[in-house]
Amino acid sequence: MDRAERVRALVADVPDPEIPALTIEDLGILSAVREDGDTLVVEITPTYSGCPALEAIREDVERRLRDHGHTGVEVRTVLAPAWTTDRITERGRRRLAETGIAPPPPPHEHPTGVPCPQCGEPDTELLSRFAATPCQALRRCGACREPFAHLRAHR
Amino acid sequence: MTVALALRLGDDALILSHRLAQWSSRAPELEEDIALTNIALDLLGQARMLLGRAGELEGRGRDEDDLAYLRDEREFVNCLLVEQENGDFAVTMARQLLYSTYQLGLCEVLRASADAVLAAVAEKAVMEVAYHRDHAARWTVRLGDGTEESHERMQTAIDRLWPYTAELFESDAVMPEAAALRPGWDAAVDAVLAEATLRRPADGWSPTGGRRGLHTECFGRLIAEMQHLRRSVPGARW
Repeated sequence: MDRAERVRALVADVPDPEIPALTIEDLGILSAVREDGDTLVVEITPTYSGCPALEAIREDVERRLRDHGHTGVEVRTVLAPAWTTDRITERGRRRLAETGIAPPPPPHEHPTGVPCPQCGEPDTELLSRFAATPCQALRRCGACREPFAHLRAHR
Repeated sequence: MTVALALRLGDDALILSHRLAQWSSRAPELEEDIALTNIALDLLGQARMLLGRAGELEGRGRDEDDLAYLRDEREFVNCLLVEQENGDFAVTMARQLLYSTYQLGLCEVLRASADAVLAAVAEKAVMEVAYHRDHAARWTVRLGDGTEESHERMQTAIDRLWPYTAELFESDAVMPEAAALRPGWDAAVDAVLAEATLRRPADGWSPTGGRRGLHTECFGRLIAEMQHLRRSVPGARW
């Protein structure tokens, strides 16, 4: 494993500050780790323009690297290509559902229904188009009546 | 030219974000409180990137905070529409509909900007602004095609803000494509107004000057509030 691969493996499981059950790799926020001369560059991509978690993620990544003795590493924010929910990995979608957050549709698939992450009931209704974080909406299950968050398609 | 453009769009986003943030804890219902502040947050993120880029291109060592907090009223180049006071909920939604329809059209054009940062910010913004616009359009329809009172208030809101929309489409050297955005904006806004059973106001008196730093009376109070902490306690940190 070269240095870039080792660093990638080290920072890949830094948790997302707002949905800690998911890592920055699961969410597709960790874009690349590459050598730039003597510097190792870790590129992270914001989900939404105003995502307040980005500063925290940057600090977490820097701390993780410092704690493991890596110097000469720079964390850069890259805007392009823009983040979409299609960057969330299969494991990320699974973990979202396990946390009780309905995942977005798989990449390139049209949004259809949003089944309840609690009981699997397909009949659910939208309560609010905005919720706890910019990427979520609030829904309610027609069967178990539990409200739940939905990480809505953003693409 | 790119500096001036980044500054205009950054100021639009910053000022509209500030206005929406004034609803925080005061919105008519909890869901809407969260919606308005989430929209404000998207706009603030866009403003940071745009003002950051403007500062970089300007090359005078000013960062996003310097531009937001240490410029005077006459140095802001946001359009007049975004600085208008929140009024009642209908006014806030009307402002959001009228501005985000314009912002969406503009960002779609700017995705092809020669400036890589502007293009990337626009690309991200398109997805966010489409959602803001959709939200405002739904409320416009719900209130316009609602009760007698909600209809009346929504119409009053559209009438009140309409004069400030003409400025958005004034082409100049910085925004040569502005006038060309008008037909798309007209079609999109007309469709929402029709569905909301609202009347499109006649074009008439149309104040302008925001892009040149000439603002309406309420703007001075807005930036006094926005800049107060930074100016009273320079260098303050959390």
